[in-house]
Amino acid sequence: MSLDATYTRELPLVEGKTSFKEIDDVIARPTETKPNIKWFIAIGISSTALLIGAVCLGLTFWYGVGLWGNNQPVGWAFDIINFVFWIGIGHAGTLISAILFLFRQKWRTGIARFAEGMTIFAVMTAGIFPVIHTGRPWLDGYLFPYPNQHGLWVNFTSPLLWDVFAVSTYFTVSFVFWFIGLIPDFATLRDRTTSGIKKAIYTTLSLGWRGSNRHWQHYERVYLILAGLSTPLVLSVHTIVSFDFAVSVIPGWHTTIFPPYFVAGAIFSGFGMVSTVLIIVRKVFDMEHIITVNTLEKMNKILLATGTMVGYAYSMEFFIAWYSGNPIEQFTFINRAFGPYSWAYWIMFSCNVFFPQLFWFKKIRRNIPLTFVLVLLVNVGMWFERYVIIVTSLTRDYLPSSWGMYFPTMYDFGILLGSFGMFFTLVLLFAKTMPVVAMSEIKAVTEGAQPSHKHKHE
Amino acid sequence: MIGKILKKFDEKFLKSEPRTGELYAVAALFDTPDQIINAAEKVSGSGYKKFDVLTPYPVHGMDGAMNLKPTGIGWVGLIAGMSGTFLAFLMIWWMVEINYPNIFGGKPYFNLTASIPIMFELTVLLSALTLVGSLITLFLKLPANANPLMDTDFIKRVTSDKFGIYIEAKDAKFKFEEVNALFAELGSSKVSNIHEAVYDIGDTNNPLLNIKFIGVLLGTTASVVVITYFVLNVLLFLPPFDWMQRQPKVLPQTQSEFFKDGYSMRKPVEGTVARGFMPYEFNGMPDSMVVITPNPLPVTKKVLDLGKKRYDTYCSPCHGYYGKGDSRLRGQFPVPPTLHSVKVANWKDANIYHVITNGQNTMPSYASSISRDDRWAIVHYLRVLQRSTNAPESDFETK
Repeated sequence: MSLDATYTRELPLVEGKTSFKEIDDVIARPTETKPNIKWFIAIGISSTALLIGAVCLGLTFWYGVGLWGNNQPVGWAFDIINFVFWIGIGHAGTLISAILFLFRQKWRTGIARFAEGMTIFAVMTAGIFPVIHTGRPWLDGYLFPYPNQHGLWVNFTSPLLWDVFAVSTYFTVSFVFWFIGLIPDFATLRDRTTSGIKKAIYTTLSLGWRGSNRHWQHYERVYLILAGLSTPLVLSVHTIVSFDFAVSVIPGWHTTIFPPYFVAGAIFSGFGMVSTVLIIVRKVFDMEHIITVNTLEKMNKILLATGTMVGYAYSMEFFIAWYSGNPIEQFTFINRAFGPYSWAYWIMFSCNVFFPQLFWFKKIRRNIPLTFVLVLLVNVGMWFERYVIIVTSLTRDYLPSSWGMYFPTMYDFGILLGSFGMFFTLVLLFAKTMPVVAMSEIKAVTEGAQPSHKHKHE
Repeated sequence: MIGKILKKFDEKFLKSEPRTGELYAVAALFDTPDQIINAAEKVSGSGYKKFDVLTPYPVHGMDGAMNLKPTGIGWVGLIAGMSGTFLAFLMIWWMVEINYPNIFGGKPYFNLTASIPIMFELTVLLSALTLVGSLITLFLKLPANANPLMDTDFIKRVTSDKFGIYIEAKDAKFKFEEVNALFAELGSSKVSNIHEAVYDIGDTNNPLLNIKFIGVLLGTTASVVVITYFVLNVLLFLPPFDWMQRQPKVLPQTQSEFFKDGYSMRKPVEGTVARGFMPYEFNGMPDSMVVITPNPLPVTKKVLDLGKKRYDTYCSPCHGYYGKGDSRLRGQFPVPPTLHSVKVANWKDANIYHVITNGQNTMPSYASSISRDDRWAIVHYLRVLQRSTNAPESDFETK
């Protein structure tokens, strides 16, 4: 696709005249062939990272959370930073699969399945952190209100409990949404495969789907309602995550801008991660004509929009700190930008606000290597956003006598590395064993896939 | 060797053998969405009821062409969602208002605003799970792996790149030649007959009977069982998951390697006085040495009730409930003299207190059992007992 793409007509979603059979062949290829050396190198790296994280986690279980850098006054550190970071990554998947579906954005079909899978893996990765943050993860069952031997229920007025409900609901609903979408593709794979065990597995997973229109009718309605349910759900999840901060009284946290600011940041970081992974996957699995440059360009536009929203939130926080006349708020924000953690603040600000502004230029939006660099910067910047929010507010709150600095240990970095290892290992296994693009959906949006209804006018 | 056997198994059941059962349906394949829409309209227009259209993706306008009623599954989602809201409200309200009211931050027990996030989440959760569950089981009637269409060449095309339609032999209007003629007229690229499968015992045609698959399932089940057993019954009782039972501290009544005397419990420094346990200054002295001090407690109902309680517990076994020396021990212990004697009646409070604290004759010291204030309260109560058996005339005056 050349650079002089016109915007006056809808661009074809699948480039070239691709037959349904070719679509099946391309998308099912990773599940039907032996993985190549590139895949083994990738999973070698990611599982090594996962192993390092597992060792650091095992040591943490053995010796206790004293191995981490958390100490007074910074009791929330890498554990909560990583939790918010990974939960945010997940939000892009639901946005693509649910919100863009409701808005009838057909370009989402090429990337929706992948983004949904990433949502599930990101939420799984995120889920580890509140569990280990409690210090004694084997007692975390008490987070749920079940009739236990204490005869005591949970505190329903605490945002931390809302988080338990929000994240577990989010994971469950994302999972069923993902599985429902996979059923027709499992049926396609079932009828293609030449291996006995794969046949058995796909037969089980496809539940005997046969593409009946009497089924499609109910199925499409459920898909629509699930998209409708997921849309407020995804907004609620990061809103509730932001309540963990906003409901407290720590300066820099106790602000009403947090829910929309967190949601915009989550979508921003999520799109950054989806782009990062998709750019690699379309290359590795030869899907450049299904995950097209047009799709990536549209994602870059969303990155530009959400990055600007995040930039607006950063500026508005400063304005409100000044406008409130509250000296402690004012100090907190000046301390963020010019205090001992100003390096983190400016990494965050430049990666999230300055660099994405380059996406105003069409040439940059459609330049894949440059996009790759910029989305990597977005990932870095969004991790630092959570670092800045959590660490700068906690190190210097109301009482100067209780100020202190935060120093992460090698175990903190090991667990962070492990979380990336877990995420990418799951992504690679997913890409190898399941159709990473929704075959039934992509067929429905190719040219000539829908009836012309010519005979109506005959 | 094993690989060869497994491969033979695979070959045996991946081979689709011609089915020999009764005719289930006549199926036709079409190449374009326009053709299938047209075919669906003609078939439903000809009055067939038991027919279905199979497509690799949902084709727009097919519901109308097949003359299908609109789906009612949205109502399931609505009702389940509303039940979720209500049940979450009921759950939180019952837990915090009825079952275990607890004060958090001085707020009312039940707080609607704070309950809204969880009510919302449970609305979505219940609605989504009910929708998907009822879709699969009630509306689509899946899993349906025994459907005669499974594993036919027909279904292998319609899940990939062709559009299929079939009319069941059970349809009231079904006539083999008419259906074939209809499909030919509609321009089908391939018409085929679908037969019911005849399953024998041990039939390898069922893909789920794959030996590798069963092996994987059994292996997974076995490892899940072993891991679950290990985690719940072994791992959780090993350090450091031992519920903090093992801690770097000394326990009472244990040996210590740290202290020279080998005891882990330490004695207090010489002369240490515990709070509220000032030693009795006349300990071991005869009655005559006691400096008479007044009873520090006032005579109130509360003090007398306390005195009665302590007297009944500690004194009454030997002295009797009324202090008459009517021991309740039935001669197992020497019976003390009555407390209503002139000698005791004339004693000062401090003398009685001294006897309780110090003991007298066979009576041991009660200093370690009864606290100082309780002893003074017993003295007050004893005065009440004495007066009750020897009341002056004035007590009987009636108003």
